[in-house]
Amino acid sequence: MMRLTGLLTKKQAGRALLIVGLAVLLSGVIVSVAWAEAPRPWELGMQPPATPVKDRLNAFHNELLVIICLIAGFVMALLLYVIIRFNHRRNPVPSHISHNPVIEVIWTVVPVLILVIIAIPSFKLMYYMDRVPNPDMTIKVTGHQWYWSYEYPDQKNLAFDSNIIQNANLKPGQLRLLDVDNPLVVPIHTSIRVLVTSTDVIHSWFIPPFGVQEYAIIGRLNESWFNVDRVGTYYGECNQICGLNHAFMPIKIIAISKPDFQKWLASAQKKFAQTDTHGAALRVAALSAPAGN
Amino acid sequence: MTYEREAHAGEIHGYGADGHAAHHPGFVTRWLFSTNHKDIGTLYLIFAVCAGVIGGAFSVAMRIQLMHPDNHFITDHQIYNVLITAHGLIMIFFTVMPAMIGGFGNWFVPLMIGSPDMAFPRMNNISFWLLVPAFALLLGSAFVGEGPGVGWTLYPPLSGPVGMPGPAVDMTIFSIHLAGASSIMGAINFITTIFNMRAPGMTLHKMPLFVWSILVTAFLLLLSLPVLAGAITMLLTDRNFGTSFFNPAGGGDPVLFLNLFWFFGHPEVYILILPGFGMISQVVSTFSKKPIFGYLGMVYAMVAIGVIGFVVWAHHMFTTGISIDTRAYFTAATMVIAVPTGVKIFSWIATTWGGSIEFKTPMLFAMGFIFLFTIGGVTGVVLANAGVDFALHNTYYVVAHFHYVLSLGAVFSIFAGFYYWIGKMSGRQYNETLGKIHFWTTFIGVNLTFFPMHFLGLAGMPRRIADYPDAFAGWNFIASIGAYISYAATLLFVFIVLQTLIAGKRVGANYWGEGATTLEWKLPSPPPFHSYDELPVIA
Ligand code: HEM
Ligand SMILES: [Cu+2]
Ligand SMILES: [Cu+2]
Repeated sequence: MMRLTGLLTKKQAGRALLIVGLAVLLSGVIVSVAWAEAPRPWELGMQPPATPVKDRLNAFHNELLVIICLIAGFVMALLLYVIIRFNHRRNPVPSHISHNPVIEVIWTVVPVLILVIIAIPSFKLMYYMDRVPNPDMTIKVTGHQWYWSYEYPDQKNLAFDSNIIQNANLKPGQLRLLDVDNPLVVPIHTSIRVLVTSTDVIHSWFIPPFGVQEYAIIGRLNESWFNVDRVGTYYGECNQICGLNHAFMPIKIIAISKPDFQKWLASAQKKFAQTDTHGAALRVAALSAPAGN
Repeated sequence: MTYEREAHAGEIHGYGADGHAAHHPGFVTRWLFSTNHKDIGTLYLIFAVCAGVIGGAFSVAMRIQLMHPDNHFITDHQIYNVLITAHGLIMIFFTVMPAMIGGFGNWFVPLMIGSPDMAFPRMNNISFWLLVPAFALLLGSAFVGEGPGVGWTLYPPLSGPVGMPGPAVDMTIFSIHLAGASSIMGAINFITTIFNMRAPGMTLHKMPLFVWSILVTAFLLLLSLPVLAGAITMLLTDRNFGTSFFNPAGGGDPVLFLNLFWFFGHPEVYILILPGFGMISQVVSTFSKKPIFGYLGMVYAMVAIGVIGFVVWAHHMFTTGISIDTRAYFTAATMVIAVPTGVKIFSWIATTWGGSIEFKTPMLFAMGFIFLFTIGGVTGVVLANAGVDFALHNTYYVVAHFHYVLSLGAVFSIFAGFYYWIGKMSGRQYNETLGKIHFWTTFIGVNLTFFPMHFLGLAGMPRRIADYPDAFAGWNFIASIGAYISYAATLLFVFIVLQTLIAGKRVGANYWGEGATTLEWKLPSPPPFHSYDELPVIA
């Protein structure tokens, strides 16, 4: 590094700095185009999208990123100019201008315009994300201290708990603090409505690659949805402080093809037939009534 | 009004004639029973520095734990949760608010408006002394039962009778009650003082921007804190007397608490920054040797921020299941706040434009403030979009956002204010070289700490977790290094304070020269015990 800068002229060094700076600013955009299923080391941007919602969310966020970088860059440029140009050594006699109605109107109106430009796609995204009109399938997610339970009310009330795998029991390839014993399994290309609730404190069911986040609140049934684009394994974590083991209630979702999903269903119904002892079916029927449409 | 008339007659305080030293009270009367706004301001500042050093130590403990994944510095994660709760509450209620409002507000509002003291000097005293038991209760709560491991937002049911059964959360609630009562009394005092005790000729539109900022802040305190007090009182009765305001089993709703909390919480974040805006305006104008650009715009931008700040609270609740139209409204309202905020940023830059700027330490902190607050502001605009917030809410992106506006915004403005006024307050000047070293280490430290948090948040790392998936290790390591540098800088600051008070060079009335035009610069440094023998008349 030292030798390198020694070899460069001032101008070249300036240009190099500019390029590095731009690269850092833009890397957020570029990195989110690359493909990965779990968060990766030194990640700079959003996890790659796995649903149309996250796809649009990422695209909109990339637009926002450009706008905010331009604004921050503009302010920084003004400050640097002021620091150099209006330093007391260079400008010993201060001016006394303290009004300029034109410029004051400009710096009020231009931000308003920028915000309008932001607001239009923002509202589109917001309303698109809200609900899916005709879900193909419903999944109920319940947060507990400190694990999740999943129910498939349309699939003969299949229900099971999903617990973190303790560090000591991790098999090679499993991700610490992300892997669970029983992941949620879903078919791809299916609009899935998610109903989220809790039996104790507030939790939050958060799957970054899906753009899904919903508080799990006792006495309430919150609704979200996703439709996974491609086969893969996706991870999330409980995202609302919920006590001692808040860091230890991850979410793992395996998305598979529809035929594979049917096969999985058959085996899962056998596997979990014995374990469902807490009357999950009844609870689902009672709780999901008001949210149905 | 009466004050002003009396003032003209030159009989505002009976001792005027016998000189100032003659009636200095003894130590106990002066510091424990003090009714003098400057002494109370000093007490507040000392308190804030002590609380800040403690709250900062808690954050260092958190960063040590987070330096590596699967770390065992803190084995019991409940302790980690108690640390984040204590850190947040200490920094907000016991560091930033006491420093800005109690400390600089008490010291300089009366001086800047040419008033002999605050309107209610005894209430001023109790405002300060309530903070001490409040702080003791908060610190004590960490040592009883399981400790309040709920976050500064205190959401039930986690903070309810089942979530945290021990007495710790009750103690936290009492602590906030006391701190809130203290702030409400302070707010009443400031409003009364500013409306009634301005020197002749000091019209509202001639008031220095710092005074305006304290006035707006006082209104925010007065209107928002009672709502918080109500919410935590309901929580208290839920916890102890079987009510069920927030318990669905009894017809209550946790989301009600969220609404009440954030109705206070969002104005609160502006309470934390508005006095900073005021101080930055004074500093920028002084060191540019120019009057503030667009004074009226600056005043009404603050008023607008205060008003709009009350109608945006649910942007903290986009993912709680509030309806889509509610989300749309709160997105729009939140984005509107960016406009008056922009007016302030550009007006500060315009103030420096054409100036003859001297980069003394206060000005360094002020310029740092403008840039870093801008970064925090633009990430606020990102979070304001409900759609994007579904991917960022409760992640480290939010942590980065609010630390850019708080740790790099509010705290930078406090440092700017400190270096600007310490000579005035103590009669001794800080060492410029040390001040600059303090600025640069802080600047590097906090940016190293908080900038990488944007990346962590974008990648999906939740906040308030004591251990994280291995992929997040890299940026967390950098953030921890930054935190150590920042804390070292803070200790250097404490050293600078002591060094200044003991060995600083003595200074005269106006040590900043032509740029410093507000009334406090007409008084000797430090100002006499009773600042004005005769009220100044502002032309
Ligand atoms: C341009 C102005 C601002 C906008 C648009 C804005 C927007 C937001 C939004 C939307 C959130 C919620 C994010 C989430 O939880 O998902 C938030 C959080 C927060 N903001 Fe701001 N903000 C602004 C300025 C400020 C200022 C000036 C402060 C304080 C000095 C501040 C302090 C906070 C804090 C403390 C939180 C997090 C609270 C918590 O969850 O614990 N913000 N901001
Ligand atoms: Cu949880
Ligand atoms: Cu807010």
